[in-house]
Amino acid sequence: MSAEKTMKLNLKIWRQKNADSNGSIEDFQLDGVSTDMSFLEMLDVLNEQLISAGREPIAFDHDCREGVCGCCGAVVNGQVHGPDEETTLCQLHMRRFHDGDTIQIEPWRSRAFPVIKDLIVDRTAFERIQQAGGFVSVSTGSAPDANTISIPTRDAEKAFDFAECIGCGGCVAACPNGAAMLFTAAKVAQLVTLPQGKLERSSRVLTMVERMDAEGFGDCTNHYECSAACPKGVPIEAIAVMNREYLRATFLSPEGA
Amino acid sequence: MSSNSPILDPKCPGGDIETRWDRHRFAMKQVNPANKRKFHIIVVGTGLAGGSAAASLAELGYRVTSLCIQDSPRRAHSIAAQGGINAAKNYPNDGDSVFRLFYDTIKGGDYRARESNVYRLAQVSNNIIDQATAQGVPFAREYGGHLANRSFGGAQVSRTFYARGATGQQLLLGAYAAMNRQIQAGRIDMRCRREMLELVVVDGVARGVIVRNLITGAYERYAGDAVLLCTGGYGNAFYLSTNAKNSNVTASWRAYKRGAFFANPCYTQIHPTCIPVSGDHQSKLTLMSESLRNDGRVWVPKAAEDKRPASQIPEEDRDYYLERRYPAFGNLVPRDVASRAAKERCDAGFGVGSSSMAVYLDFADAIDRDGEDAVRAKYGNLFHMYQKITDENPYESPMRIFPAVHYTMGGLWVDYNLESTIPGLFVLGEANFSDHGANRLGASALMQGLSDGYFVIPYTVCGHLAGRHLQPVTTQHEAFAEAESEARSQTEKLLAVGGSRSVDSFHRELGLTLWDDCGMARSEKGLKHAIGKIAELRAAFWNDVRVLGEEKDLNQSLEKAGRVADFLEFAEVLVKDALNRTESCGGHFRLESQTEEGEAKRDDENFSYAAAWEYQGTGQDAVLHKEPLAFEYVQLAQRSYK
Ligand SMILES: Cc1cc2nc3c(=O)[nH]c(=O)nc-3n(C[C@H](O)[C@H](O)[C@H](O)COP(=O)(O)OP(=O)(O)OC[C@H]3O[C@@H](n4cnc5c(N)ncnc54)[C@H](O)[C@@H]3O)c2cc1C
Ligand code: FES
Repeated sequence: MSAEKTMKLNLKIWRQKNADSNGSIEDFQLDGVSTDMSFLEMLDVLNEQLISAGREPIAFDHDCREGVCGCCGAVVNGQVHGPDEETTLCQLHMRRFHDGDTIQIEPWRSRAFPVIKDLIVDRTAFERIQQAGGFVSVSTGSAPDANTISIPTRDAEKAFDFAECIGCGGCVAACPNGAAMLFTAAKVAQLVTLPQGKLERSSRVLTMVERMDAEGFGDCTNHYECSAACPKGVPIEAIAVMNREYLRATFLSPEGA
Repeated sequence: MSSNSPILDPKCPGGDIETRWDRHRFAMKQVNPANKRKFHIIVVGTGLAGGSAAASLAELGYRVTSLCIQDSPRRAHSIAAQGGINAAKNYPNDGDSVFRLFYDTIKGGDYRARESNVYRLAQVSNNIIDQATAQGVPFAREYGGHLANRSFGGAQVSRTFYARGATGQQLLLGAYAAMNRQIQAGRIDMRCRREMLELVVVDGVARGVIVRNLITGAYERYAGDAVLLCTGGYGNAFYLSTNAKNSNVTASWRAYKRGAFFANPCYTQIHPTCIPVSGDHQSKLTLMSESLRNDGRVWVPKAAEDKRPASQIPEEDRDYYLERRYPAFGNLVPRDVASRAAKERCDAGFGVGSSSMAVYLDFADAIDRDGEDAVRAKYGNLFHMYQKITDENPYESPMRIFPAVHYTMGGLWVDYNLESTIPGLFVLGEANFSDHGANRLGASALMQGLSDGYFVIPYTVCGHLAGRHLQPVTTQHEAFAEAESEARSQTEKLLAVGGSRSVDSFHRELGLTLWDDCGMARSEKGLKHAIGKIAELRAAFWNDVRVLGEEKDLNQSLEKAGRVADFLEFAEVLVKDALNRTESCGGHFRLESQTEEGEAKRDDENFSYAAAWEYQGTGQDAVLHKEPLAFEYVQLAQRSYK
């Protein structure tokens, strides 16, 4: 392990009381930040300091702190989830920063993700997209023996690459248009890559895209910022798959094989 | 403790174990399809247990309300499970069977689980794999296209199914998708960012819950015909654990205070392979999946004074102590055994790293044998996570690992139907106590959560709904008003203390006490010390905690404060249970009870029972009830992995 050091930081953090109020950036100074801390542990330390000063701590979503639940996320110095590639905010470590650095921390910015408080945003639009069709219609108890569905390793691996999406919303925050294409496409592409998902491929892509459009997400104009910012490296190819599926469903029979 | 404790009846069917579940289902009262929509079921929690239960019940036609703390059901703690899920498919043809999975689980649990439940678990394990596959869960495949398996601790067959190192994520997303289908169909009413604070009991039957809306701070009432608690484990009582930060004991604890018995709280699992603590700022610990022990070898230097870097310690100066002590199972001994062995080496001065509280988990042989790419394909995300946290490259130098609190086998007591001692209150997943005895085998929690939710509760809830003549209850019933005012007064009290210390500072202190006195090794002296310390801490908390912000607002300090207040009460029952059980078994190691080789020594004559504690009011000792454990199919023996 690289030797632990401590540093002093200038923090500029978005504070907003609730959805109806206007927020603004506030300045904080934090000393004694260890290079071994995670970014969220740095915020914990700041919050302890605020509490002892009688100030309300900064609200931020987090849970697993392992990069898999998709709760956490913020824009750090203009970058979604901070400077490291394929890394969620909770997995970003302070050794990435230097003594005396100024770090600006803001919530996801998107029309479809209103701020609830400080760094917490409302991502329920994502839920509605999944509810519109992000499933295979198989009720409990009706499944055949798992090995009757044989799937080439290549397809299983491909499906997994798409399935890794954690639903954090970073792709939307990174997109100049605030599009939710990568998020929606990840599920469409996962399921269409597998035989189990093929039966409903047309209705799925149509209803999910319709819902996505209705939620106020922007259009995709091929910036690819989404995939670059994705902490799980969900491949941009998902969007091509979804576009293809969408065309196919629109121009072929609606529930075509 | 008195030997004439009241006896609890788990209501298991008798007769042949192979047909018990079948016969039980047949004998149970049914709810006819048209009547199902008249019943409303409240499901608290959306992890594997709650998610699978909500979806399956809604598919059957029940009206379901689902509640969870996070902003999406997909974010439940189950999402973090890494290594895999067991099933008795015997696809590798290596001799597995329902009976072997049953046997391994009973033995792995150090003979402290209920045979009937475990047999049923092994029976339905195969259906889970089928169900998840049909949902589109991308399990790992062999080149021929069939499902792949790996090995986990405590078993000599390969029965663990996996999706890279993110099996929990993929299984949960499967259950989540099944829920979404029912939400879309209008059969599940999904309410996120809600925390259950009280259970509502009407005429002795669980009929609803009081929750706090975590965005507005408003209290909400939900009434129904049955309540399912699927709220996970209480490992965070120790502050540092591998659990997600929001994991808590609150829902179970409040149910306990309303009459649900709490069983075996001292059975906590300390997982052998976690990233060691690095400093005071540490907020949680990260697991390195047990699957790594398929290919990783655990060692420390043979000489305590050997402080050379790992790469400079030659083969002959290394002590592969698991392989040395347990030649039959080697690195794949069960978790309790592996954890204690690591502690033993570190306590004896052989630990590595700056704190000397770590051992090596080394992949050099696997990389030599299979190549770095093959190792990356299996464990890439775990290695990536390790490197992120420690800034070290595990492809080049061995991982440093140490045991950490990970899972809780104890939980609310349930009978064969998964019903608690409060009629109408069912408990599923990690929140209940039933299947893992004193030690859970790897890859068995996912199996149990999904078994409870997909394949057990859809049947057993019928017995309650059809068998008891439930009167309609609305949220206007006075029991709701009483429970709501209880919840509200706790919140108001927390905000009113206005002390000087943060909630986290108390939580850390509690965690340290539990870890020191009720962690991997427990003694009468330590446990008594902990009881005093917990009482002091609780008093200090209510005197001096500082919770800022408002009640009617999103207030994360207030949420934490409520959970820590409950941990401070719960911890006492945990420790008293540990004190009562003077034997060692599984994860519960009493220093006073060990074999000459330092292995856990059970006392079957006096402790072959599940201990279920009944609340008696604040400041009163809980009353112990015993469920005797009978072993008809597995012979009680001292566990041996040698
Ligand atoms: C890092 C890690 C790796 C693991 N890997 C494996 C593995 O490979 N294989 C395996 O078998 N097991 C594994 N386990 C164990 C396994 O993941 C858990 O035991 C299991 O997922 C628990 O599922 P659950 O549904 O019971 O509860 P959880 O997934 O914990 O879900 C609890 C739910 O309850 C909700 N909730 C809690 N309290 C309240 C409240 N008061 N009000 C409202 N909602 C509430 C939460 O929001 C959440 O939705 C692992 C555990 C950890 C920590
Ligand atoms: S807290 Fe779970 S992904 Fe960051």
